[in-house]
Amino acid sequence: MKTFNYHSAKDVKEASKLASSNSAFLAGGMTTIPSMKLGLASYKDIIDIKRIKKLSGIKVSGKKVTIGATTKHSEVASSKDVKKAIPSLAALAEGIGDPQVRNRGTIGGSIANNDPAADYPSACIALNATIHTNNRSIVAEKFFTGMFETCLKSNEVIEAIEFSIPEKSSYQKLPNPASRYAIIGVYVAKHKTGINVGVTGAKSCVYNDKDLAGALTKNFSSSAIDNVKISSSGMNSDIHASSDYRANMVKAFAKKAVDAC
Amino acid sequence: MASLVGSRVERKEDKRFLTGKGRYTSDINIANQTYAIFIRSPHARAKIKKIDTSKALKSSGVVEILTGEHIAQDKIGGLIAGWAIRSEDGSEMKCPANPPLAKDSVNFVGDPVAVVFAETLDEARAAADLVKVDYKVLKAVSNLGEAMNSEAIHDGIDKNLCYDWLLGDRQKVKEAFEKADRIIKLDITNNRLIPNAMEPRACVIDYNTASEEITCYTTSQNPHLSRLIMSAFGGVAPENKLRVVAPDVGGGFGSKINLYNEEIVCSWASKKIERPIKWVAERTESFLTDTHGRDHITHAELAVTNDGKFLGFKNETIANLGAYARVFGTVTPTYLFGPCATGVYIMPAAYSNVKAVYTNTAPVDAYRGAGRPEATYTIERIVDKAAMELGMDPIEIRMKNFPTEFPFKQTLVHQIDSGDYVAGLNKAKEMADYDGFAARKKESESKGKLRGIGVTSYFEACGIAPSPVVMMLGCGVGLWESAEVRFNPTGQVTVYTGSHSHGQSHQTTFAQIAADELGVPIENIDVVHGDTDKGTFGMGTYGSRSLTVGGIAIVNACKKIVNKGKRIAAKMLEASPDEVDFKNGEFVVAKSNKKKTIGEVAFASYLPGVRDEVKSPLPEGDEPGLIESSFFDPANFSFPAGSHICEVEIDPETGHVKLDKYTAVDDFGTIVNPLIVEGQVHGGLAQGIGQALYENAQYDDSGQLITASYMDYTMPRADDLPDFNLGFTCTKATTNPLGVKGCGEAGTIAATPTVMNAVINALGGKEISLPATAEKVWKACKEMKKSNAKAA
Ligand SMILES: Cc1cc2nc3c(=O)[nH]c(=O)nc-3n(C[C@H](O)[C@H](O)[C@H](O)COP(=O)(O)OP(=O)(O)OC[C@H]3O[C@@H](n4cnc5c(N)ncnc54)[C@H](O)[C@@H]3O)c2cc1C
Repeated sequence: MKTFNYHSAKDVKEASKLASSNSAFLAGGMTTIPSMKLGLASYKDIIDIKRIKKLSGIKVSGKKVTIGATTKHSEVASSKDVKKAIPSLAALAEGIGDPQVRNRGTIGGSIANNDPAADYPSACIALNATIHTNNRSIVAEKFFTGMFETCLKSNEVIEAIEFSIPEKSSYQKLPNPASRYAIIGVYVAKHKTGINVGVTGAKSCVYNDKDLAGALTKNFSSSAIDNVKISSSGMNSDIHASSDYRANMVKAFAKKAVDAC
Repeated sequence: MASLVGSRVERKEDKRFLTGKGRYTSDINIANQTYAIFIRSPHARAKIKKIDTSKALKSSGVVEILTGEHIAQDKIGGLIAGWAIRSEDGSEMKCPANPPLAKDSVNFVGDPVAVVFAETLDEARAAADLVKVDYKVLKAVSNLGEAMNSEAIHDGIDKNLCYDWLLGDRQKVKEAFEKADRIIKLDITNNRLIPNAMEPRACVIDYNTASEEITCYTTSQNPHLSRLIMSAFGGVAPENKLRVVAPDVGGGFGSKINLYNEEIVCSWASKKIERPIKWVAERTESFLTDTHGRDHITHAELAVTNDGKFLGFKNETIANLGAYARVFGTVTPTYLFGPCATGVYIMPAAYSNVKAVYTNTAPVDAYRGAGRPEATYTIERIVDKAAMELGMDPIEIRMKNFPTEFPFKQTLVHQIDSGDYVAGLNKAKEMADYDGFAARKKESESKGKLRGIGVTSYFEACGIAPSPVVMMLGCGVGLWESAEVRFNPTGQVTVYTGSHSHGQSHQTTFAQIAADELGVPIENIDVVHGDTDKGTFGMGTYGSRSLTVGGIAIVNACKKIVNKGKRIAAKMLEASPDEVDFKNGEFVVAKSNKKKTIGEVAFASYLPGVRDEVKSPLPEGDEPGLIESSFFDPANFSFPAGSHICEVEIDPETGHVKLDKYTAVDDFGTIVNPLIVEGQVHGGLAQGIGQALYENAQYDDSGQLITASYMDYTMPRADDLPDFNLGFTCTKATTNPLGVKGCGEAGTIAATPTVMNAVINALGGKEISLPATAEKVWKACKEMKKSNAKAA
């Protein structure tokens, strides 16, 4: 690991001020630290944001669940409020990595990193999330822009993620047997305003599968999905799953999700 | 005193390991130590044109940088193959030189070419980045199937062929096949595995400039053997100036049998730079450079009659040695594999033909089971295929071909002293509720799932091994084991064993044996191992040999102690030694109440005289003290056997295989500690299941290891495994006084075919290759659906 300057920011303003194109915020460190150790990334400044109280915590109001950026996966997984309002979201958090990762990794870090195989991005898409930063609010569909890419500026700090409580929802994941990230993960959510099918793991970036959503809008049942064609073009292919298998699994897991709703 | 052999004594090791008090190599620090970082080839095959260390040498904190040139100048020898195997045509095997630092060419990704020593680890790393190696990259040979038709990677080794070995009689097999009603054919690959010991390899070297002694702390399964090789072949130092210590070692599974480049280089360099050296592998280095396991391509054929009798078997295998031949590399796919390929069956004619080839991949060597899992996989898969083609029940076909009389002369090599295969399979059948399978299958089907059942019966040859036999077969050393039992004057006992525990719990098991032999409380017995300065010699631990060979040496040393004790007690009690009986720690004169405890006798042995109340004259001819040693060379291998049955449930929509039930019935002869044996079986099963469902080391065409981290190399995890249902039968080994057979490898040997037989059974007989990953299984399910639809 190359040497770096460590800062512990007392508030969001300071964190943002310290940031540059050669810095990283330190939330759970579950992505940043391993990549630094393996020599895949190096930074001049590491800005710890864990001491900023305001960034952590879970709030549930009538229609919304708002989760602070540095809230840990384990906190979301075990939150009674989340379990009651959006059980599928608590279940998603429970399925991330392993206990060590869940006890450190944060929701803000996860979506800022936008790993194509991460779980939370699909929740943001399916649950019409709004991502609140220190200077704007961004809807999920605009937030995730590409592989490991978001529309965040380098000095922009995610403060909280606001999810809409759906009528029904379920997240179903085919874990990579080695890493347990998603080979594919499908998040189906039925809102009064419409249906979303957030798909992660399949392509270079999370997306809302409009064909599946369309079929489910007509008939919210797993059989409605049977005739939807899912093309494998643009799908990831690696030693664990070919693009053809992934395309088929998007369908299979979408069906599982609908059945579990 | 109740016998401890057979009881669930809790592990003496647990407190140390569970409270973080274990002392592993990387816990050792020596004042003024330097840190080593190895510069490794990023290419699978290349010529080294030039190594430029000038910039790196000026980097902060650098003490020295050494390369293959320095190794050559100092005439430091390389790594060796421990077994000389001859080809069918009588020619000797061909092995390339394997210098500890490559000088002219590199042959796998990770092959070390230079080493940096610096004051801190960070400085060593920074300097390593500045070492410039100019390579001429050559086309890598990374595909096993094509290796024999590819360019030779080592000068003078035609077709990349180390040997083309035959065991058995081709003519007899030909005749048997001519009489067969049916020939069952099977093509399989035995996937390549990475051992993944929890503790990565490491060494800490301390050179004493005054005494000129090198102490090498290292992660080894056999410190004495490492010392021997480092001295005799490496030329690092004479044996008496070399102390090798393997302290707590966190798992080996075969990968820590070998002496590696790093130990030779650091031991030699410590003398050169006159500084202690510490090297600890990073996990990536473990993936790249620990010896790998398995990696065979096999074509097998079984000749059968219509009623399921086996007439003959042939096995044509290409085995991957990787880039170089290492200690057990050449014997694993031959004598540890070939003989077991006929399985637990009466097989009138058989042969095993193995071509071992070099490729530009990490060296392949013994991995838990070593050869026997590959053999068992071959025969147990083809037996199942035969049952399927003949429309027979898999249990029935096995029963039909079991030997029922022992000793049983197995077709190719072994004389199996004892066993009862029928009883084992019957017990497994009952414990697994085999007859209830049909109902469970129906239930799975009602949920849209497929269910399969798999059976395996195995035997294995372990407890290696009788020295005269293995030396005749090409082994470069004898495979006996030593022990020394020492009484303190105040009655505690130290047992020194040449076996090495890196997860096997010898501190407990060996203390149980000694406690029974000597009648001393187990608390008063310490088991010591892993230090060449503390024990005379030892051959180490692998091949399930610790108890069957090392344990017996302890028993024999204890018996010598008792014999001497009898003479001393007789003298003390004024009786003749023949009148003295030893029982429960007491020497008793027959038909009298005169007795001495073994503690009193030990005390007396150190005070050989008469003064005041001390009356312990030594018998004439006996020396003071109570210390005895024994070297035990077994008369034969030992032959554990058993039958395993498992059930899987498959989701045809996703291809996910759920291992639902697993029953293992094993015959390990006498069981010293059931708690420990069950633990050994559990661990072995997990690794065998890992091979069947998850683990797969893969190289790409350019020879890059693409599964070089846990992001891509799948290890089995606790939540992948069901509760194991274990049972035991017991026929004692007749070739050792305890009747023990060894249990370390059995689980790994049996589990892989058991699981695959179940998966293939669920798929209606459709063959798939190891490992049965979700995508492969899903594809098979799809094809099955198609062909079922066609049929309907
Ligand atoms: C072994 C392992 C298994 C894993 N398995 C899974 C899995 O199954 N599913 C899954 O989804 N993930 C998985 N992860 C990733 C895990 O969820 C991480 O928590 C996540 O990727 C990053 O979160 P973090 O809090 O650790 O972020 P950090 O590593 O601290 O930061 C990551 C990046 O996010 C930025 N960042 C962090 N917080 C903010 C913020 N508030 N505002 C702006 N930018 C910010 C940082 O600048 C940095 O670039 C796994 C990780 C490991 C190590």
